[in-house]
Amino acid sequence: MSLEIYLDLFSQPCRSVYIFAKKNDIQFDYKKISLFEGYQYSEEYGKINLLRKAPAIKDGDFYLAESVTSCSVAIMLYLTEKFHTPDHWYPADLQKRARVNEYLSWQHSTIRPHGSKMMWFKLLIPKAFGTEIPKEKMDNAVEDLNSSLNLFEEKFLQDRPFIVGDQISLADLVAIVEIMQPVGAGMDVFENRPKLKAWKDRVRAEIGAELFDEAHQAIFYAQEAVKTMDPEKIEHFKPKILRYFLS
Amino acid sequence: MAGRQAVKVYLDLLSQPCRALLIFLKHNKIPHTVELIALRKGQQKTPEFTKLNPMQKVPVLDDNGFVLTESDAILKYLATTYNVPDHWYPKLPEKRARVDEYTAWHHVNTRMHASTVFLQEVIFPMMGQPTNPAKFEKALADLNGTLDMLENMFLKRQPFLCADEISLADLLAVCELMQPLCSGRDILKDRPKLLSWRNRVQSALSDSFDEAHSVVYQIREKFTAKL
Repeated sequence: MSLEIYLDLFSQPCRSVYIFAKKNDIQFDYKKISLFEGYQYSEEYGKINLLRKAPAIKDGDFYLAESVTSCSVAIMLYLTEKFHTPDHWYPADLQKRARVNEYLSWQHSTIRPHGSKMMWFKLLIPKAFGTEIPKEKMDNAVEDLNSSLNLFEEKFLQDRPFIVGDQISLADLVAIVEIMQPVGAGMDVFENRPKLKAWKDRVRAEIGAELFDEAHQAIFYAQEAVKTMDPEKIEHFKPKILRYFLS
Repeated sequence: MAGRQAVKVYLDLLSQPCRALLIFLKHNKIPHTVELIALRKGQQKTPEFTKLNPMQKVPVLDDNGFVLTESDAILKYLATTYNVPDHWYPKLPEKRARVDEYTAWHHVNTRMHASTVFLQEVIFPMMGQPTNPAKFEKALADLNGTLDMLENMFLKRQPFLCADEISLADLLAVCELMQPLCSGRDILKDRPKLLSWRNRVQSALSDSFDEAHSVVYQIREKFTAKL
C-alpha cells in the first residue's frame, strides 16, 4: 500500500484524517502511534516528520527525506485532490471553498486550543502533577471555550444545517473532532446548546454513527484511561505543560 | 478579468495579515479599493464594522457582496479566482499541500510568536501596561524556536518556504517577521539563512513590499528616537 498514515486517535486532528479516509474508502496503511509513549520524539519518527506532530502521511512518491506532509488540514486537502472525493467535502465552487478555508483558518487559534485545553486542565495535568488547576485559571479556560462556541454558532452555523450550507464539508469534520475533545474530559459542551447538539447529531449521522463512535473510542474512555494511566507516561510532557499552560 | 468589479478590502497596515493582502493585491494588479480601519482608534468595534465582521478583526474582503475573513482564506480565494502566476498557490496537489501545510502551521507558530514579541515590546508599553521581563524572555525564546523550525524544516532544501518560487506562505511569513522591527529589533540579524530568504522575498515583491511596510518603518523611527 503506498499511502501510510501515522495516527493517534486521542488527538483531534488524527481523528479527522482517520474519519475522512475511512468515509471515502481511501486505502491506507494505518500506522498507529502513541503520543503518550513519546513516539513522536523518537529518532525514527523524526525522520518522517521534523515537526514531530501527528497526523503525518507518506504517500509513495510524495515522500522526500524530511518532507512528509503533516497537519490534518493540509493532509485532507491533499487527499480530496488525489482521491477525487465527493465535491461537498471541499467544493469546487470557489466561494463555498473559501468558506471552508475561512473556518479552517479561524479555528486554529480558537476552538482548537480552547477545546484542547480542557482535556489538559481537567484530566492530564492533574494526573501528571497530582494537583488540580486553580479555580481562576479553570474558569478563564471555560470562558474562552464558551466564547469560541458562541462565535461558532453565531457566525459559522447560523441557521444552516452545516457550516457551508446543506452538505457536510471538511469544516464540519475538523470542527466536530475538536469540539468532542472537551467532552472526553467530562465537560458537556452540548448542554444548553440545542443548536450545537443538533449540528453534532447531523454530522455524526452524515459520517455514519459507527465510524464516528469508533474514531472517538479513545475520547469516550478518556476519563477511565487517565485514571489507570501510569503517571510516568506523562513525564515527558511535563516541560511542555509548564511552558504552555502553567507559566 | 473582463467585467469583474473591483474587490473592497478593510485594512489596517499595522496588521501583518493586512499587509500581506495589500501586497498581494498590488503586486498582482488586482483591482481593489481600500477602506482603512484604524485599530488604535477602535474602529473595528463600531456597529457597522461589527455587522460586516462579528469577529471585529481585519482584514476583511468584500467581493461584491461576498464577504470573507481570515487572511489565508482570502489570499487563497484571490489566488484561485484571479489569473495570478501558479507559484503563489500551485494547482498541483503535492505542491499546494506544502503551502497548505505552512499556512496551517503559521497561525500558532510564526504569527503567534512574532506577534507576542511585538505586543510586549511595543504595544503594551505604549498603552501604559507594566512590562514583564520573564514573559518577554519566554516570548523571545518561543520565537527563536519558530525561527529554528523555519530554517531547519521549511527552508532546508529550497530558497522559499514551500518551493523554488515564492508562494502565499512566504508572503504571510515575511509580514509577521517584519513586525518586531517596529521597535528596531531585527530578529533575523544573526540568521544568515533567513536573512537571505527575506532578501529574496523582498526582491520578488519590490515596491509593494516597502509601500505596505511604511508604517512599520515609521514606528521604528519614533520608537528608536525615544531611546
